[in-house]
Amino acid sequence: MELEAANALANAGKYIGAGLACIGMAGAGVGLGTLFGNFLSGALRNPSAADAQFGRLIFGFAVTEALGIFSLLIALLLIFAI
Amino acid sequence: MCQTIIADVGRARRNCFLLGDHPARQIDEAKLANDPISQFQISKILPMEAMGLDISFTNSSLFMVATVGVSAAFLIMTTSGRGLIPSRLQSISEMCYEFVADLLRSSAGSEGMKFFPLVFSLFVFILMANLFGMFPYFFTVTSHIIVTAALALLVIGLVLVYGFWKNGLGFLKLFVPSGVPAVLIPLIVAIEVMSFISRPISLSVRLFANVLAGHITLKVFAGFIPMLSKIGFVGVVGAILPLGFTVALTALEFLVAFLQAYVFAILTCMYLNDAIHPSH
Repeated sequence: MELEAANALANAGKYIGAGLACIGMAGAGVGLGTLFGNFLSGALRNPSAADAQFGRLIFGFAVTEALGIFSLLIALLLIFAI
Repeated sequence: MCQTIIADVGRARRNCFLLGDHPARQIDEAKLANDPISQFQISKILPMEAMGLDISFTNSSLFMVATVGVSAAFLIMTTSGRGLIPSRLQSISEMCYEFVADLLRSSAGSEGMKFFPLVFSLFVFILMANLFGMFPYFFTVTSHIIVTAALALLVIGLVLVYGFWKNGLGFLKLFVPSGVPAVLIPLIVAIEVMSFISRPISLSVRLFANVLAGHITLKVFAGFIPMLSKIGFVGVVGAILPLGFTVALTALEFLVAFLQAYVFAILTCMYLNDAIHPSH
């Protein structure tokens, strides 16, 4: 009985932890919003220079998005792998 | 009793997620059919063993061979005509070539062009593997961290070897940006070293986690459709919503498939640029 309770508690902790890990994605959301918003405001001011900066935009996107993906990965690991 | 079944399912999931083929996974094939993780299961096609190492030909190997074979065959066949005015297929290959060449030239300079074969192969391999994974019931090679980690370690290893071979100890200037006040140098060096060490990790995890998360999301949303349509007419009508989501997500996944290959290639170019011009 005690073991069962402990198992249930561990399971509950797992799912709560997975949910908490997903909060980290909010940061990536804020970052991506800033990134694309600033790119767009810059690109609308000077459209002729915008195309040349596309690579940098994607680089920033990749680096920012990776952090959100990391927290999602922690959540997935908690649910499926632990 | 209930607990042991749950534990078994958990173990089976864990095995198919981390280890691939394992006797324990045969417990609940039926239960796992609806599991979003089981699509990443590695199964042996040709079991082989050499010197205690498991070198079986698995479904992952099969799709890697298919990826390389299809992309090589496509590129060779479309460019063999060598038309001055390219046919449609030839222009696809040429666009692909130009795209990667521009990418490399703009971020690593003309000196970086000697790495063009590597970057082009990486780009085409990852793109083809991702696109192959978009077919239903196909295995996605890049959804396993071992594959992406091998690719990332290849890139970082090349950067290290080439950087030291070309610049000698001058390569260490990479960790000391110019124009930093002397007081801050120890801190900056520590941060730069940390960021360099985390490069292979972020490079591999980004690709693997993006593909993994995308495929899990697709499967979860697709799973809602039979789940809803079981409950009768209202459910069937309601199932249109997840169906629409699944279609939209599939389109998004095609975008991600291309974007991740592009990101991997552009980051490779930037890291190679560090090896070629460490002091910039």
